[in-house]
Amino acid sequence: MAKGAFDLAARRLAELWRRDPASATASFVISRIDELRDKTRDRLSDPLALTKFKLAILRSFTVEPIVPLLRAEAFACGIDLEVHIGDFNTYVQDMLDGQSALYRFAPDAVVLAVRTGQAAPELWRDFADLGPEGAERVVRDVVQRYEQWIGAFRKHSQAALIVHSLERPSSPSLGVLDDQSEAGQSGLIRQINRELRRIAGGFQGVYVLDYDALVARHGSQHWHDERKWLTVRFPIAAGYLLQMAREWMRFIVPLSGRTAKVLVVDLDNTLWGGVIGEDGMAGIQVGPEFPGAAYQALQRALLDLSRKGILLAVCSKNNLDDAMEALEKHPGMLLRAKHFAALRVNWTDKQQNLREIAQELNVGIDALAFLDDNPFEREQVRVALPGVIVIDLPRNPLEYASAVRNCAALERLTLSAEDQRRTEMYASQKHRAGAEQTFLSKEDFFRFLEQEAELEPVSDLTLARIAQLTQKTNQFNLTTRRYTEPQIAEMAQKPDWHIFSIRVSDRFGDQGLVGVAITHDEGEQCEVDTFLLSCRVIGRTVETALLSHLAKSAAERGRKRLVGWFLPTKKNAPARDFYRQHGFERQESNGAGSLWALELSRSTLRCPDWITLKVSVGSSTTKTTAGGRI
Amino acid sequence: MTASTFEQVRDIASDIFGIKADKITAHSSPQTIENWDSMQHLNLVLAIEEKFGVQFEPEDIEEMKNIGAVTAVVEKLQSAAR
Repeated sequence: MAKGAFDLAARRLAELWRRDPASATASFVISRIDELRDKTRDRLSDPLALTKFKLAILRSFTVEPIVPLLRAEAFACGIDLEVHIGDFNTYVQDMLDGQSALYRFAPDAVVLAVRTGQAAPELWRDFADLGPEGAERVVRDVVQRYEQWIGAFRKHSQAALIVHSLERPSSPSLGVLDDQSEAGQSGLIRQINRELRRIAGGFQGVYVLDYDALVARHGSQHWHDERKWLTVRFPIAAGYLLQMAREWMRFIVPLSGRTAKVLVVDLDNTLWGGVIGEDGMAGIQVGPEFPGAAYQALQRALLDLSRKGILLAVCSKNNLDDAMEALEKHPGMLLRAKHFAALRVNWTDKQQNLREIAQELNVGIDALAFLDDNPFEREQVRVALPGVIVIDLPRNPLEYASAVRNCAALERLTLSAEDQRRTEMYASQKHRAGAEQTFLSKEDFFRFLEQEAELEPVSDLTLARIAQLTQKTNQFNLTTRRYTEPQIAEMAQKPDWHIFSIRVSDRFGDQGLVGVAITHDEGEQCEVDTFLLSCRVIGRTVETALLSHLAKSAAERGRKRLVGWFLPTKKNAPARDFYRQHGFERQESNGAGSLWALELSRSTLRCPDWITLKVSVGSSTTKTTAGGRI
Repeated sequence: MTASTFEQVRDIASDIFGIKADKITAHSSPQTIENWDSMQHLNLVLAIEEKFGVQFEPEDIEEMKNIGAVTAVVEKLQSAAR
């Protein structure tokens, strides 16, 4: 069987699963996948291009019937999931014993699925007999036990741990009275769950799965099957196995890395109801009332994604003017053009646009997720670009938002400050790129940008960033010398050494600290030890501004010459002609690179007049005349 | 026993036990199907409940000694629902 035949077989199985995600289908699909894998084990290392992931499930109830659905769902998400199931109610030994089958399995992640009746039997049954002190002691004991298990687990394994929170009884023993105090049955279980979150927060890679919320989403009456619990220890009704599997996938997918970085959305009948090109601004539906509310709810879900650091992009077959008018002016829209890191509004086919979006945002094609109401477009994208994560929207627009909110590929398990600002940074980048195209000359564009550069001395606030830039910057870096924080701090103490950092902002936003230069004086000359610029601002003449300041500052200290090495690497070609372009002359070359010099008395180096340069000296800031000749 | 219910049950059993549908008859049972152990029995029960939107009583599950009996139980529940 050739590689192409595998792709086709795999695609058909995924299709089958999407059409009918039932238990029987799951058994069929996974038996076929196992067959395909076995057939090629010796010849092809990974014929289906799946990400391997090992999951162990520790449990106090029967989970076996869920596993085929879980594996089929994982397969549809691009994951080859191997599952180990712990013995019935042996989860304590499994976690405490470093030699247990659990650790020998070497899982990537472990689910700890324990029901309240087993984790805290005294709270679950005969609660009324406990008394207030007894109840408090039980809570303390349960929490302590979890803390011990998780601590032991972390000692033996670096795998992720997903802990089911404890379920509250749907009918507490004291009826409505129970909820009148935090010391009731429900209140105490809630307290344990709060403690579980606290414990999880104290470890890397320990997460809580909110089991109560999962059950509530589907309805407690429907979710449970008491008959099967009592007879075969299986607590979940037949129709909801898939929902349990999908809830686990919301952790497994981000842990395996098969997540989307960018969500590409369609406009007509997806972001709003109707077709803007035909129905016009007054005809499309989006707003707080029905039916527009469904689309607002989706937009709210998309906004939440962008707050998690997932970029949004538009790919729509439309006239650009029509689409932009709705995006910028429609009063019901929550999303505006600024929320999108890339826009492709044209009549080209979607796969071409998706490729371009991936390229523009500098991500792989498999980092894209695609949201479109049109099943035909979705299928085309699936076939043409198998890496793209295609989200199946339900028919009813009122269900769009929850389809997006529950999509495993859009989950994140941690959030950094950078994630939360990503859209903003990309948006200002995009406006710059967009603006550039509408100007006749580069100079006009630079003037329009209104760049302000601020030179700052080293301080506690900038030290870490300066060291980081010397370590990370590869492209516009003339000498690629890497320095640690203590090394920078030491240099800053020496009288002949000067460290400059440059911070840039423009009309679209603050770029932060983006450039570093280090010089040291020796006799009549000042040598540039380090000169680098973050790739975010290359080509905007910031480098000229910084270099002109080095020259000016050296001249003020009585130096006659500014010299500097260019040391070529595989990556720093963008900086190769930098000294030549700024009037330096080559002095010598050797195997490592070339040395360049500028006679300061003859220099015409100046700060471009479109950049306002500020120099802060300690706390005081002095503004120099832009474009001052040296 | 109508053909369509039997066929649907047979197809589900075929997926669950991993054997061809035409090898399954009304008399197929744990004695003739090697794979049909107690865990697979639960899988079969859940798959059928899911497909037909029914919920079996423990006694119903007891009665399911072969594929024909499974079909009969499904039909009993379906006619009771009508």
